[in-house]
Amino acid sequence: MCLGVPAKVIELMANEVARVDVNGNQTEISVRLTPEVKINEYVLVHAGFAMEIIDESIALETMKYLEELLQYE
Amino acid sequence: MQPITDIPRRKEEVKMKQERILMAHGSGGLMSQQLIDEIFKAAWNNELMEMLDSAILNLPAGRLAMSTDSFVITPLFFPGGDIGKLSICGTVNDLVACGAKPLYMSTAFIIEEGFPLSDLRKIAESMAVTAQEVGVKLVTGDTKVVEKGSADGIFINTTGIGIIPEGINYRPQRVKPGDKIIVTGYMGDHGLAIMAQREGLSFNTPALSDCAPLYQLGQMTSQYGQAIKCMRDPTRGGLATVLNEIARQAGVGIRVKESSIPVLEVIRGACDMLGMDPLYMANEGKMVIFTDAEKADEILAELGKLSQTQNAAIIGEVYSDPAGMVLIETELGAERILGMLEGEHVPRIC
Amino acid sequence: MSEISDYQQQLLHAIQTEKASVTLMEVCGTHTMAIAKSGIRELLPPNIKLLSGPGCPVCVTSQGDIDAVIELVRQKDIILVTFGDMMRVPGTYSSLQEERSQGADIRIAYSPLDALRVARENADKEIVFLGIGFETTAPAIAVTLEQARSEGLGNFSVFSLHKVVPPALELIFSDPDINVDGLICPGHVSVVIGVEPYEILAQKHRKPCVITGFETLDILEGIYMLLKQIKQGDAQAEIQYRRVVKREGNLVARQSIEKVFKPVAARWRGLGVIPDSGLALREEFEHMDARLKFNIPEMEEIPIKGCACGEVLTGKISPPECLLFGRACTPLKPVGPCMVSHEGSCAAYYRYTPAKGRG
Repeated sequence: MCLGVPAKVIELMANEVARVDVNGNQTEISVRLTPEVKINEYVLVHAGFAMEIIDESIALETMKYLEELLQYE
Repeated sequence: MQPITDIPRRKEEVKMKQERILMAHGSGGLMSQQLIDEIFKAAWNNELMEMLDSAILNLPAGRLAMSTDSFVITPLFFPGGDIGKLSICGTVNDLVACGAKPLYMSTAFIIEEGFPLSDLRKIAESMAVTAQEVGVKLVTGDTKVVEKGSADGIFINTTGIGIIPEGINYRPQRVKPGDKIIVTGYMGDHGLAIMAQREGLSFNTPALSDCAPLYQLGQMTSQYGQAIKCMRDPTRGGLATVLNEIARQAGVGIRVKESSIPVLEVIRGACDMLGMDPLYMANEGKMVIFTDAEKADEILAELGKLSQTQNAAIIGEVYSDPAGMVLIETELGAERILGMLEGEHVPRIC
Repeated sequence: MSEISDYQQQLLHAIQTEKASVTLMEVCGTHTMAIAKSGIRELLPPNIKLLSGPGCPVCVTSQGDIDAVIELVRQKDIILVTFGDMMRVPGTYSSLQEERSQGADIRIAYSPLDALRVARENADKEIVFLGIGFETTAPAIAVTLEQARSEGLGNFSVFSLHKVVPPALELIFSDPDINVDGLICPGHVSVVIGVEPYEILAQKHRKPCVITGFETLDILEGIYMLLKQIKQGDAQAEIQYRRVVKREGNLVARQSIEKVFKPVAARWRGLGVIPDSGLALREEFEHMDARLKFNIPEMEEIPIKGCACGEVLTGKISPPECLLFGRACTPLKPVGPCMVSHEGSCAAYYRYTPAKGRG
């Protein structure tokens, strides 16, 4: 119901606005909802707003269930 | 009686004062003549522009292909091209898609009153440069001026004719099960580059329109004669729409592999952000080629040698079933329908 | 990359070996789309059913509300700014797309902040933003309203059609006719609301809930986690989409919604009026409530004959089971909202499911 894309914060500007990068495309978004965000962090962008800071320590690649999946082999 | 002082006396004065298109430029009188001389003839000068009511042309023997297209685009100047270049490329590529070598073109302009003359000059020059590159001659034209508000700046129509060499017959009806499908490069560049320029979308993208005349591609494919079954340029509606058109017209099923379709990462990222799909975005310098399976690799290698088509890829194959439909194999190995574009393709949040 | 795709295939394999009959519901339209686009539904064994719930804000917008917006754009000197999603949605007699062709000034924006720019540039016009969406979108609108108020933009207002998800889920789980064993919960709504609302649902109705992301791998992992809970007899609210969703959600965003909006009863297409499921502007922001500012009355809801969107939205039937599906109702000529919206379940089925699945 709500599209969101990960974007990298490359510049923090006045009025809680940040410049972000999505695969080489740049846009300005509001970071009012994620006030603690820092440069180089990734945020989830929806409708021109950063909705949350993405925790890079829990990547898609975590593969949490790898071990237990082996029983299905 | 008051002396009429505002009529310019010398040609230089005319030039200085008239920086915008006036209704009088479309009147058919002196100012129309001046516009043609100073802008169009200056840019397109060739011996066939004799300013008769028609262009009179000598054609080589063979089948004649003829194509017409109208160009309306906002903005008129965009990264990678402008409406002038586009108006040549669009018609050239339609001729190339039919296997024709483009020879002559006509152009017609509908210009909004107040349009800057300097922009018109840039557009005319851009058309000239592109036409010269292709080797096509602009032989006749027309200009109309409409009142402010009746058009959006400038509309251009071009019509082109070309000759189809012996032994070439590109038609969807010749597409048969087993044929391979090639696209000649990245999908969606033009559509995204234009979208990014539109008002209301404040984002910067390095994406450039792929706007290009594919005459070299046409020269190359003409050497393959009957081995090439059909070509079509995936403009409005994008690749998905072209594949569906061919599937229906040929009465065949088409299967393509999602991971084989070339899409630039930057385009993919922008599309994700806007909720759009690169397979439905317009291209202005790409071709979809249906070819005999045994020639596919060789044609792909030849495409790789041309700068305009160096990122070509084989994306799929033609089957007998399901007739009239396009299926796409997903990353996960499942198949889903790749349908036609429905309605306007606009940015979404859902 | 190949490790990930191996893992993905292993998840799929584990799901495919599941023998029990299980019915799961995804309540988010973006999940419906992602499931259809990746082809997951096609690869599931027949004993695992995926239903699509009422998770598309466009689909659940009532016809009467669309009629009210159309009433508004017909007034003089109005510029309506909207997300692209709403353009084609039919009201009783017209759509925004048709109104624009008749001369209404309707502009598509990516961010509600773009509407503020339009308001600054057009001081002689009234700029109305069409506020649609669930908890993910509502904070963006709330911040925009606060910004407009602090700038003193007197020509800006919002037509709020915002809705919140938990009351609709409560309705679905309370319906004895709906048989759902587990819930694939919306990833981006949960970014804002966190896990708590699902914990209440999971406990009360004894159904597992997993907040899931939108990559193919996320969805497979989410389904795997639900199957595992069902097998073990658990009914927990878990987060698969941990890289983005925090347990407590986004507190700043929740406070923004709280500050600007108040819960009101809202009409959902196909579901009827659900108490406390809509968001209206609070008193301090009432002067920016377009409905009040332009005196737009509540419109009557005229039911569409033969349309089974209500049953589809609650997962009682799958889209091909509707008599109109693919015949009288197609994406080009949609009858009901589920076929209009890009992510409506009927549109997703129609668009992506191979012919055999269309019934």
